[in-house]
Amino acid sequence: MTELTETTPQVDANDGLAVLERRGSVAETYGIPLAVLLELTHRCPLQCPYCSNPLELDRAGQELTTAEWKKVLSELAEIGVLQVHFSGGEPTARKDIVELVQHANDVGLYTNLITSAVLLTRERLKELADAGLCHVQISFQGNEPVVADRVGGYKGGHAKKLEVAKWTRELDLPLTVNAVMHRQNLHQLPDIIQMAVDLDADRLEVANVQYYGWALKNRASLMPTYEQLEETDRLVEEARERLKGTLTIDYVVPDYYALRPKKCMGGWGRQFFNISPSGKVLPCHAAESITGLDFMSVRSNNSIAWIWQNSEAFNRYRGTGWMKEPCKSCEFREIDFGGCRCQAFALTGDAANTDPACTLSPLHESIFKQAERDAASGQDRFLYRNFAGGTPENGNDA
Amino acid sequence: MAPRHIQVAETSRVVLPRHTKLKFDETRQVWVILAPERVLAPDEIAVEVLKLCDGVRSVAGIIDELATKYAAPRDVIATDVVAMLQDLADKGFLTEVRETTS
Repeated sequence: MTELTETTPQVDANDGLAVLERRGSVAETYGIPLAVLLELTHRCPLQCPYCSNPLELDRAGQELTTAEWKKVLSELAEIGVLQVHFSGGEPTARKDIVELVQHANDVGLYTNLITSAVLLTRERLKELADAGLCHVQISFQGNEPVVADRVGGYKGGHAKKLEVAKWTRELDLPLTVNAVMHRQNLHQLPDIIQMAVDLDADRLEVANVQYYGWALKNRASLMPTYEQLEETDRLVEEARERLKGTLTIDYVVPDYYALRPKKCMGGWGRQFFNISPSGKVLPCHAAESITGLDFMSVRSNNSIAWIWQNSEAFNRYRGTGWMKEPCKSCEFREIDFGGCRCQAFALTGDAANTDPACTLSPLHESIFKQAERDAASGQDRFLYRNFAGGTPENGNDA
Repeated sequence: MAPRHIQVAETSRVVLPRHTKLKFDETRQVWVILAPERVLAPDEIAVEVLKLCDGVRSVAGIIDELATKYAAPRDVIATDVVAMLQDLADKGFLTEVRETTS
């Protein structure tokens, strides 16, 4: 009997990065994650108000050098990582992006580029393809320039993205459209789905904003209404059925309205880590929002494998031993691992508390009400993400 | 562009597209197929079939080789191989070489 066992993110396609979800999977058995996210830089021409980067951004001078990133790539390949996602900030803001993709390819890593696309030229994209790039993911802020360029805080961005998406397919690279959704663009979802089809994308990520860092600061401007969420569920379900075999749709729901918390990162330190621009090895890209954890760097004297297996920050919330009630005795404790540690910290002040997205959290009701209040706030202006600590949007001409 | 959403027939000359890589994972000592946001774990027979998908051999040729090698009934092998390849094609991880008119 010939069989292909597929290991895909079925339960919680958190940014599409949790490659393995199944119990008894390769990741569980062997420990080292199959895919790793590399945030090459925090520099980015866009200023999206929900950026997943930390509020305190790494400066250009703190970034790992070309030689340091190459060493990281070699080490990752050696310990059994199979795929790397080059992300940021904007990864193509690094002048050495082609060299890094080439090196990743040379050491046998499968490479993804997660990009805003606005800095790319056709020549540059061709160079990346020739260097062995395997997949391109482009973020879209809407389906037309008025909303999209306002959300990204970058004039002409949307048109540029469409152009780069076209080049991507012309160069025969598979394309994922990443659409981050919130109250101010959810009405465009049907058109965004059609846009992904028209761009000949393989995959569409319909990712509702997750509220940490920048997004938490912008929560009142971004939180969808409950009615919007219901409509979104319906649209995604309908499109998945209609586009089977043409477009794969991954869907991330806003968890303030959820009943069960998400299995964030597939569980802390279980199957995912990322490396920040300055070389910190992190259990998730928002982990630095939790104060009091000491994250080790690839610049330390320890190997990446050692940091993954032994560092205090990874072990702190690994497994179930750290849990308090109601998680500790909960029958779902190994299903969702208590939800998201960063969200628990942001909303309760203690990362070891149950994620308030869970109905068993004493705060669940209050965050549901908070979401409804935010959604009805009438506050639509953004605080744009930048190195200056954020810039408020001016009137209507931002 | 490499054709997508193909129908696998015995005359097809199938090949993994550039973004789908068959690789032996030294760390885990298993064969894997790497694709965008996906890692597939093919079994031994699937690996053997995929190694023969070079865009030169036809599916019929691959079936013949396997039927000879395993001294197995050709129709049984054929059903299995075509189903496996079609499954891979439906996921977008298989393409084919087509004759060009130039």
